[in-house]
Amino acid sequence: MNIPRYVPVAALSALLAAGLIAPLATGETAPGFWVEVLIGGLMTGVLYSLVALGFVLIFKASGVFNFAQGAMVLFAALAVARLAERMPVWAAVIGAVVIMIALAFAVERLVLRPLVNQDAVALLMATLGITFFLNGFGQSIWGSDIYEINLGIPREPMMVLGNVFEGGVLVNRDDIAAAITAVLLVGALAVFFRRTATGRALRAVADDHQAAQSIGIPLDRIWVIVWSVAGVVAIVGGVIWGGKLGVQFSISQVALKALPVVILGGFESVPGAIVGGLIIGVGEKMAEVFLAPPLIKAFDLAGGGIENWFAYVLALLFLLVRPEGLFGERRIDRV
Amino acid sequence: MASLPVQALPASKRLDEPPPAHTRIGPVILSVANISLDFGGVRAISDVSFDVREHEVLAIIGPNGAGKSSMLNVINGVYHAQQGRIRFKDREFAAMQPHRAAAMGIARTFQNLALFKGMSVLDNIMTGRNMKMRTGILAQALRVGPAEREEMRHREVVEHIIDFLEIQAYRKTPVGRLAYGLQKRVDLGRALALEPEVLLLDEPMAGMNVEEKQDMCRFILDVNEQYGTTIVLIEHDMGVVMDISDRIVVLDYGRKIGDGTPGEVRGNRAVIDAYLGATH
Ligand SMILES: Nc1ncnc2c1ncn2[C@@H]1O[C@H](COP(=O)(O)OP(=O)(O)OP(=O)(O)O)[C@@H](O)[C@H]1O
Ligand SMILES: [Mg+2]
Repeated sequence: MNIPRYVPVAALSALLAAGLIAPLATGETAPGFWVEVLIGGLMTGVLYSLVALGFVLIFKASGVFNFAQGAMVLFAALAVARLAERMPVWAAVIGAVVIMIALAFAVERLVLRPLVNQDAVALLMATLGITFFLNGFGQSIWGSDIYEINLGIPREPMMVLGNVFEGGVLVNRDDIAAAITAVLLVGALAVFFRRTATGRALRAVADDHQAAQSIGIPLDRIWVIVWSVAGVVAIVGGVIWGGKLGVQFSISQVALKALPVVILGGFESVPGAIVGGLIIGVGEKMAEVFLAPPLIKAFDLAGGGIENWFAYVLALLFLLVRPEGLFGERRIDRV
Repeated sequence: MASLPVQALPASKRLDEPPPAHTRIGPVILSVANISLDFGGVRAISDVSFDVREHEVLAIIGPNGAGKSSMLNVINGVYHAQQGRIRFKDREFAAMQPHRAAAMGIARTFQNLALFKGMSVLDNIMTGRNMKMRTGILAQALRVGPAEREEMRHREVVEHIIDFLEIQAYRKTPVGRLAYGLQKRVDLGRALALEPEVLLLDEPMAGMNVEEKQDMCRFILDVNEQYGTTIVLIEHDMGVVMDISDRIVVLDYGRKIGDGTPGEVRGNRAVIDAYLGATH
């Protein structure tokens, strides 16, 4: 028996959608609260998306599975937080951009270039090395406390949709700012990739290294550019997250969530990274808030924690039904 | 633009006022000397030397696995030979780098299509202009004056190439959706966009039917004719090779076994043996 490939994908999507609206449908949850949870999930999702985005950019351009993306987010956030103690936040962000570009040069020079013709495992190990280096080095120069990034956005939440739901919905202003920033960043990247010669070169390299080099695109420069772009994406992620919860080591753990995100979205897909991040952000938050309590009650469990494994289970299911991810191209190995 | 089928071309191939071959062909522009290339014990090229003269059409032939593609890859720096030198326009290299080769005026196409799958025909060919773009990233992103004018100027060149290759109808089509023969044309178009002095073509007519081959021959000869572009091509179809080349280099098991005009090569004993002994 041959089931068409879209059937399990559609079934899984339907299940997710059902899970999403179930709390509303049962009528036990106030719509306003449901929307708040949804927004909370989306916000986490934005961060996952940004980490996954940096990941996908580097993977597309250099085929390198960059474990260090999470560490880059932490490093960037630390840089902004500590620099901001001595200068205005905007200047600190510019400083962080300079630092991340310098890091891109160093990575290309010291890691990628010497290892370019080694196999993928060597490069993977190298990015693991970069991860530990950045985490340790970051602590050495920036310190290991929890630092604040004050973006000057008022703390008290805003009440919106008051006329739609009873009691309205409470939204944090920094969440709104974060969402707008993330959208602007993605828009700017899209313009960069579509309109500039460098963007075209990056897309060319992503599609075919040899052909790209043969039309005069120097790979080493492209790597510096793409690691710099990933660095800037890391800054945005780090500032959003750090501004909300403070800059601390746990930020770098977000990278562990980027893996299921890119499995879901497809390793080489920018839209996949964004959509995948949002799905996992919303999914795990919804599961934690609405699915965990009944499960705990029914099976007499010790606690929730769904948030921690939801992404991985979802990614595993996707690996089973659609290994190339939502937006990925199916790889057909040539014989 | 000339549109005669290849068979109708006179032997000299010049359409209007054909200059005789000996005045058309210039001095040596590219030479490889004593090139040897190994792949972990497999010897792909052994001590091969030959010259390429300005404006000529040089064919490299030989049985499968003879080292023809490897030779092109060494010339444009995709592979680095363990021994030997490459001399191009009075500069000598032990190893070429692909982007340097491109910057110096060597463009190429690939035996197995290496187009940018995610892009349209237009964008694929446009990438060939990338190297020549001078305005800054920000100016390009915002499409301000100079950047806009530069983009338009390059776009014009690209449109010209698209017309020349007769693929106007597919300008916006993602290359992956095109028939194989058309993809081969786009590959050529991307190389032409570099306005190269030397064009390396790795089996530009492989897998084509007779009609498509005639078209491709016509494009190659027109480029050679109109822009004086030096052509180095690998081809298995002997009819085509004898028809369009000024000179032929023959490789077999990584060694050079023949080098001369089509007439000379046709009568070369070693070449005949290599071909009779080989299957294609
Ligand atoms: N990247 C590579 N790694 C290992 N071996 C290679 C590589 N490229 C070529 N070879 C080997 O070098 C030899 C020459 O190959 P090459 O592709 O140059 O032959 P060719 O003359 O172009 O053949 P064809 O007519 O089939 O295209 C072959 O034995 C091939 O297996
Ligand atoms: Mg070949």
